Amino acid sequence: MGKTLAEKILGGKSQPDATAGDIVVATVDLVFVQDTTGPLTIRQFEQSGLKTIAMPGKTAIFLDHAAPSPTQQTSNDHILLRRFARETNCHIYDVGNGICHQLVAELFANPGDIIVGADSHTVTAGALCAFATGMGSTDIAIAMALGKTWFRVPETFLINLVGSFPQGVYAKDLILYLIGQLGADGATYKALEFGGESLARLTMSERLSIANMAVEAGAKVGLFPSDEITQGFLSSQGRSDSYKPLYPDADANYERIISINLSQLEPMVSFPHSVDNVRSARDTKGIKIHQVFIGTCTNGRLEDLAVAASILQGKKRHPDTRLLIAPASRQVLLQAIEKGYIHSLVEAGAVILPPGCAACLGLHQGVLGDGEACLSTANRNFKGRMGNPEAMIYLASPATAAASAITGEITDPREVVT
Amino acid sequence: MGNMKLKGKVHKFGADVNTDVIIPARYLNVSDTKELAKHCMEDIDSGFATKVERGDMIVATTNFGCGSSREHAPLAIKACGVSCVIARSFARIFFRNAINIGLPLLECPEAVNETEAGDILEVNLSRGEITNISKSTTFIAKPYPEFMMGIISAGGLVEYTKSKLKKNRV
Repeated sequence: MGKTLAEKILGGKSQPDATAGDIVVATVDLVFVQDTTGPLTIRQFEQSGLKTIAMPGKTAIFLDHAAPSPTQQTSNDHILLRRFARETNCHIYDVGNGICHQLVAELFANPGDIIVGADSHTVTAGALCAFATGMGSTDIAIAMALGKTWFRVPETFLINLVGSFPQGVYAKDLILYLIGQLGADGATYKALEFGGESLARLTMSERLSIANMAVEAGAKVGLFPSDEITQGFLSSQGRSDSYKPLYPDADANYERIISINLSQLEPMVSFPHSVDNVRSARDTKGIKIHQVFIGTCTNGRLEDLAVAASILQGKKRHPDTRLLIAPASRQVLLQAIEKGYIHSLVEAGAVILPPGCAACLGLHQGVLGDGEACLSTANRNFKGRMGNPEAMIYLASPATAAASAITGEITDPREVVT
Repeated sequence: MGNMKLKGKVHKFGADVNTDVIIPARYLNVSDTKELAKHCMEDIDSGFATKVERGDMIVATTNFGCGSSREHAPLAIKACGVSCVIARSFARIFFRNAINIGLPLLECPEAVNETEAGDILEVNLSRGEITNISKSTTFIAKPYPEFMMGIISAGGLVEYTKSKLKKNRV
C-alpha cells in the first residue's frame, strides 16, 4: 500500500514503515513559541528541571500576538522571552518582524520537515509540505529540550480540487466552503491533503491561506505536495537549496475523498460565532459593519493586500466603517509599499498597523465595542475573540472585506468590481 | 492520578466549547492559575467560576476545547476545582494539553447523553468507569492510547519528564 504525505513525512523522521494509527517518536526540524504561549512554555521548561535546548538554531521565539505590548504584564512577558533567547541562543523575532506563521514560511519551512509550534495555526506551513502542527506549551517545552516529540500518525482526507476560481472568488472562499462542509470537528485528528489538477494554479500565498485554516475543521495538519510552485516560492526567498519534490503515492490510502470544483464556488462569509457557520456573501443583505480588518496569518500577504488595494484604489471607506490593515510580515509591508498598495489603501482611509497579529485575538489594535460588527480576514470568529463577547465577527476574503469597507455592509465583491 | 476516584456535580455544556471562551486571550498574560480560574468560561457562563465547587465535573457534547493551543484553557478549568471533563469528543490540541497538565478527560458519548446538569457523578479513572449516582447508571469510557498512560500515571508531562531525567540523567 502506498503512502500519504503525512505518512511519508512522519515516517521519514521516525520509522520508515509508519502508517496511520501508529504512535511514533519523531525528530523535529523547528520548534517555536509566540508571546502568549511562550512564557508558560519557559515556566514549564524550567519547572521540569531542564537547562538547555536541543537545537538552538532550530528553535524560535516570535513576539507577534501583542506587539508592541499594550500592557505592563505583556511587556514583562516580552522581557522573559528575550532573556530566554539570550540564555539559550535560540532565534528571536522581536516586535515588528511579523506573524510567526508567515516568518516560518519565509525563513524556515522546508518540504519534508516536521514543525511544532505553540500555536494552533502552525498548520500554515503545511502549504510548503511540512508536517506542521500546533501543540500546547508543555509539549513544546519538552520538544525544545529533546528535539523530538510523539505523534499519532493521522488518517488522511484527500481534498481533490478541480477547475479554476471564477472572478471574485479566492482561496479563502474555498477553505470557508470546505469547513462549512466538514463542520468544526469534521476532520478532528485527521490530516487534510490537497490534490487535484487545480494545484498547478494555486500560488503559495493561496496555499498558505488554505493550510492555515485546516485546524478550524479540527485537522492536525493541512498538507500540499511539494512541486514547482513550492520551488518557485523557496527560490523567491533565497532558499532554492531547500527544495525537494514530495508527492503522495498514487495508491495511498485515504479515509475519505472530497472533490471540489473551484469554478462553482462563490464568495463565502462565516457568520458568528463559529467558523463552520458559512453562507454565500450574496445572501447577506444589510449587515452593517463597523470595522473591517484585513491581515493575519490567513490573509495578510502581498497578494491579499494587492486584491484589497485594487478594489479600494480611488475609492473611500464608508464613513461609519473603520478599515484596519496589518501586513503579515516586514517583507510583505516593504513590498506593499514598493508596489504602491499601501499608498492606495491609506488614501482610501485605511489605518496601517505594524506587521503582527494586530486585532485578530482582541489584545490590542482594534478591540471591538458592545454591539459592533467586524468583517475580518482572520480565521476565527468565536464569541469574544476580538476582545468583546458583545461583538459580532464575520470572516471573509480580502476582496469581500475591501468591498464591504466601501459600502459599510457585507458586500459580495462581484457587486463592486465589474 | 491513575487510581483516583473522583466525585462531583455536573456542569453541562454544548458543542464546540472553544478555548477563547474557556479563557479569553486578555488573560493569557496571567501566570497565577488561581487568577485564571476566576475568568474561566466568563464569556459564555459568567457565574461559572463562582458556582463551581471542588470535584465538580464538566460534561459537554462534541469538540470540547477547539480553537487555539493555549494551555491556559485546561489550566483554568483545573484551577477552578474541576476534577475531570467528560465529552462526546475533544479537540486534538486540548486533549494533549489536558493530559500534559494532569486534567483527566474521558470520551464517553453514552454518559454525556444520559447526564443532566446537577447530576452527581463518580468516576474511577483507572477503570474508565463513570457512575451517575443521581440516575443509578454506569458507563465505560474509551480507554486512553497505551502511550499516554505513562504520562497520565505520572500526573502530567512535567512530572513524567522529571522522573525520566532522574533515571537517565540526560
